[in-house]
Amino acid sequence: MALQAIAFYLMAAVTIASAFGVVSARNPVHSVLFLILAFFSAAGLFVLLGAEFLAMLLVVVYVGAVAVLFLFVVMMLDVDFAALRQGFAQYMPLGGLVAGILAVEMIVVSSTVATNGAASANDAPAVATDISNAEAIGRVLYTDYIYFFQAAGLVLLVAMIGAIVLTLRHKPGVRRQNISDQVARGPKTGMRIVQIKPGEGISE
Amino acid sequence: MNFSADISLALPEVILAISALTLLVFGAFAPRQTNALMVASMAALAAAGYAAAVGPMGRGFAGGMIADNASAFAQVAIYAASALAIPLGMKWFERRDVRNFEFPILILLAALGMGMMVSAGDLISLYMGVELQSLALYVLAAMHRDNAKASEAGLKYFVLGALSSGLLLYGASLIYGFAGSTKFVDIAAAVHGAANTGVIFGLVFLICGLAFKVSAAPFHMWTPDVYEGAPTPVVAFFAAAPKLAAMVLFARVLTEGFGDVIWQWRQILVCISLFSIAVGAFGGLAQQNLKRLWAYSSIANVGYAVLGLASGTAEGVQAMLVFMVLYMVDVTGFFACLTALSRDGKPMETVADMAGLFKTRPAIALAMTAFSLSALGLPPFSGFWAKFYVFKAAIAVSDPVIQGAAIAGLVGSVVAAFYYLRLIKVMWFDNAEGGTDPIPGEARAIAIGAALFSFPVVLAALVYIDPLAKAAALALGQ
Repeated sequence: MALQAIAFYLMAAVTIASAFGVVSARNPVHSVLFLILAFFSAAGLFVLLGAEFLAMLLVVVYVGAVAVLFLFVVMMLDVDFAALRQGFAQYMPLGGLVAGILAVEMIVVSSTVATNGAASANDAPAVATDISNAEAIGRVLYTDYIYFFQAAGLVLLVAMIGAIVLTLRHKPGVRRQNISDQVARGPKTGMRIVQIKPGEGISE
Repeated sequence: MNFSADISLALPEVILAISALTLLVFGAFAPRQTNALMVASMAALAAAGYAAAVGPMGRGFAGGMIADNASAFAQVAIYAASALAIPLGMKWFERRDVRNFEFPILILLAALGMGMMVSAGDLISLYMGVELQSLALYVLAAMHRDNAKASEAGLKYFVLGALSSGLLLYGASLIYGFAGSTKFVDIAAAVHGAANTGVIFGLVFLICGLAFKVSAAPFHMWTPDVYEGAPTPVVAFFAAAPKLAAMVLFARVLTEGFGDVIWQWRQILVCISLFSIAVGAFGGLAQQNLKRLWAYSSIANVGYAVLGLASGTAEGVQAMLVFMVLYMVDVTGFFACLTALSRDGKPMETVADMAGLFKTRPAIALAMTAFSLSALGLPPFSGFWAKFYVFKAAIAVSDPVIQGAAIAGLVGSVVAAFYYLRLIKVMWFDNAEGGTDPIPGEARAIAIGAALFSFPVVLAALVYIDPLAKAAALALGQ
């Protein structure tokens, strides 16, 4: 299918170009915007693979929530990204070497797959084509995968408890809202009548 | 298998999860009721341990979890160690006026994660268990947040732990891609006979990720810093139970998933084991801080446990289980002693601080002597029996590499003898610099109980531990 090939190369090129933009943009806000573009084109690649549920999830979760959160953090924190990037040229050769070794290793692994095939006797089970992605995930998520699903919920709970334990501080002297006190406040508790003699003024 | 049968298999986990959630709500409304929280969380752990010991066996949740002799054995030991950590930590935090009702809840959630690790039958439950356990431990390490060292320890543990999780996940994804399944039994079927390079590649990453969690060299870098910075009772907890959980998980993945390719992973484990023993023995020589010293000691001890696993036989796995359980008692007891000791409100943590301890605190000094001699492996203390099991299993394998590694391990424990004996000499024969603050009751009880276990109770306890560990090892082999 020529159309599919065109779509693939277009979206792959946009993904790689915007990923490069993320690390090379001078303005951190631009980096985050490039990141959103990278997520979006990756979602397009998922659609081409027939994983439309994953694509929607990527858009909703990563673009909708995570990237917007990034944007908030970048705008609110006073981080000098230019200073962070100063060692770039210095670490470039070593980083390039490591990246090169990783690339060679991945090529070696994928070429073994190409020649020997993946696991000889055990292919991944064929996808039933008459049901959609979302339906297929829905069928196992609360049945076969309920154990993992609940465990994932507990992991998130621990993260939440951890964030509260490590950051919540009850500082003395902070004026908090106390609704019942505030509503019950009347003229008797809120006012004090002071008699002032002429010519003396008032001292607290 | 229907759902209610699955739930009954996972009863220990269900008990822990429900009690953690209930206590969290209770604690949020009544954070001052620390004693009630302490008793309730210890009771939850006791109930979970009982459920694990007498519960039904089998595979549940489409092979996602396995309840067998091995998981029951490990779960009982883990829940017992976690239950001891709760009073030790809560009283310690109370003395420092840090009121954190979340401490027992995080211990419960960490214990739940460890329970999932030892009963994992699938790469997904493996990862979920590891992550639940480590996330709770990161928070515990940083819990004393006004202390800069504790915050540093928590952050360091978190960053390096995240890196190791990345390695673990990368390995798991490769294994899934090449074997076509995340279940250990299906992986075993896929690697049967012809092992694919991609699967082995993934296995190496998986081993690296797990080696991080047990702090085996060369993935040990976080251990000394984290042990030094984290609150002492928290160290007492995470030097013991999580190590056992990760070792059992190690054994389960390797024997159930990759039992047919033992010649592939045995050489990796022998290297990790020898390197850990060497790093632990030589790295400990220069340490002055006792928490760092015992961090190196734990690296060396994990090396011996991995050596037992590397022999690949049921005897080897049994030796590893016995070793880890006996070691857990030692390390909990030693850190309970450190929790107890302070001078003018400052914790006594260096070797020099221990000068003349025998004259001022004879009971604690005797207990610390027992733990040191046991970690050194001197008969008749428990550490000797632990090492005896490991070396016996290693010598029995007719492979010169394993036998050579066993001899190298013996040499390593002779080197490590220096720092244990130095500590004993300082405690017994140097002059005291001053008195110590009063010893808190719960730390004294745990320290003396553990010391009595390391000798003489161990001789009687081994009669029970030996057949249980053997049954557990046989269950792992299937």
